[in-house]
Amino acid sequence: MPPFLYLFLGALAIVSALGVVAQRNPIHSLLSLISTLLIIAIFFIAEDAVVVGFLQIIVYAGAIMVLFLFVIWLLNLQAEIGPTGHVVLKVFGSLGAAALATELFLFLGAPHLEVKIFHQPAGYGSLASLANTLFTDYLVSFEVTSVLLLAAVVGSVALARRIPNETGEGSSDPRAAGLIRDAAAATAATSRRAQG
Amino acid sequence: MIPLTYMMSLSAIIFAIGVAGVVIRRNILVMYMSIELMLNAVNLTFIALGSRLGSMDGQVIAFFVMTVAAAEAAVGLGIIISTFRNRATVHADELSLMRW
Repeated sequence: MPPFLYLFLGALAIVSALGVVAQRNPIHSLLSLISTLLIIAIFFIAEDAVVVGFLQIIVYAGAIMVLFLFVIWLLNLQAEIGPTGHVVLKVFGSLGAAALATELFLFLGAPHLEVKIFHQPAGYGSLASLANTLFTDYLVSFEVTSVLLLAAVVGSVALARRIPNETGEGSSDPRAAGLIRDAAAATAATSRRAQG
Repeated sequence: MIPLTYMMSLSAIIFAIGVAGVVIRRNILVMYMSIELMLNAVNLTFIALGSRLGSMDGQVIAFFVMTVAAAEAAVGLGIIISTFRNRATVHADELSLMRW
């Protein structure tokens, strides 16, 4: 990758990451986040992690971000108007983040960290080598991950489920409770009319 | 190959921006997005170092991080939806009670 290209992409990634924090509309934050994820995927591919880069585009920028988008639509979130958050928190948050970035610079960006570059084996980053590592050295972790995903699916369905009873009491949504009560009243009226 | 210092600095900056987002923003969804930003910065570090060391471990761990992030997003968004249904807010400061 030529230097101007990665400098440009890095600047773009930082600007769009700042956009995630700075935008008032959650949809705009989300679009900035997707753009950051795509640029990071390009860096993955440039670092010989082709499979993980494409997975990042398909799974992360595709599926997970669409989940966020659906939630934003479902909750009908609008752009925040007026002052957001506390000024003190903003000042301390920015200062803390700047201090953290400086510290990480000193720690990670120092020239002494330049590791000895090892020879990459043939087929490095290919699907075959990824699968080979995943299903030999990391087999247990892989299986545990499947249990984790199953638990996440069951947990999120259980969380998002509502359990209304017949009178609508116990339903957490007052609108749904009202609808159920109206329906019960209509049924009662119909049966009374049928009897009388 | 991209210099390692450059990759490390980039991921440090993105991670710090994610931390700032969690601290500054009060919208729970945007705080979640900032957490995703931090996870991706860490992934960038894993991939860059793994590529320098010639080992596939970095890529496999990045893969696991992505899986855990997917599970975390599913559960977290479920919690946000059920909170919103009960309290009709996504503002973190208004969620100050540990009961409904």
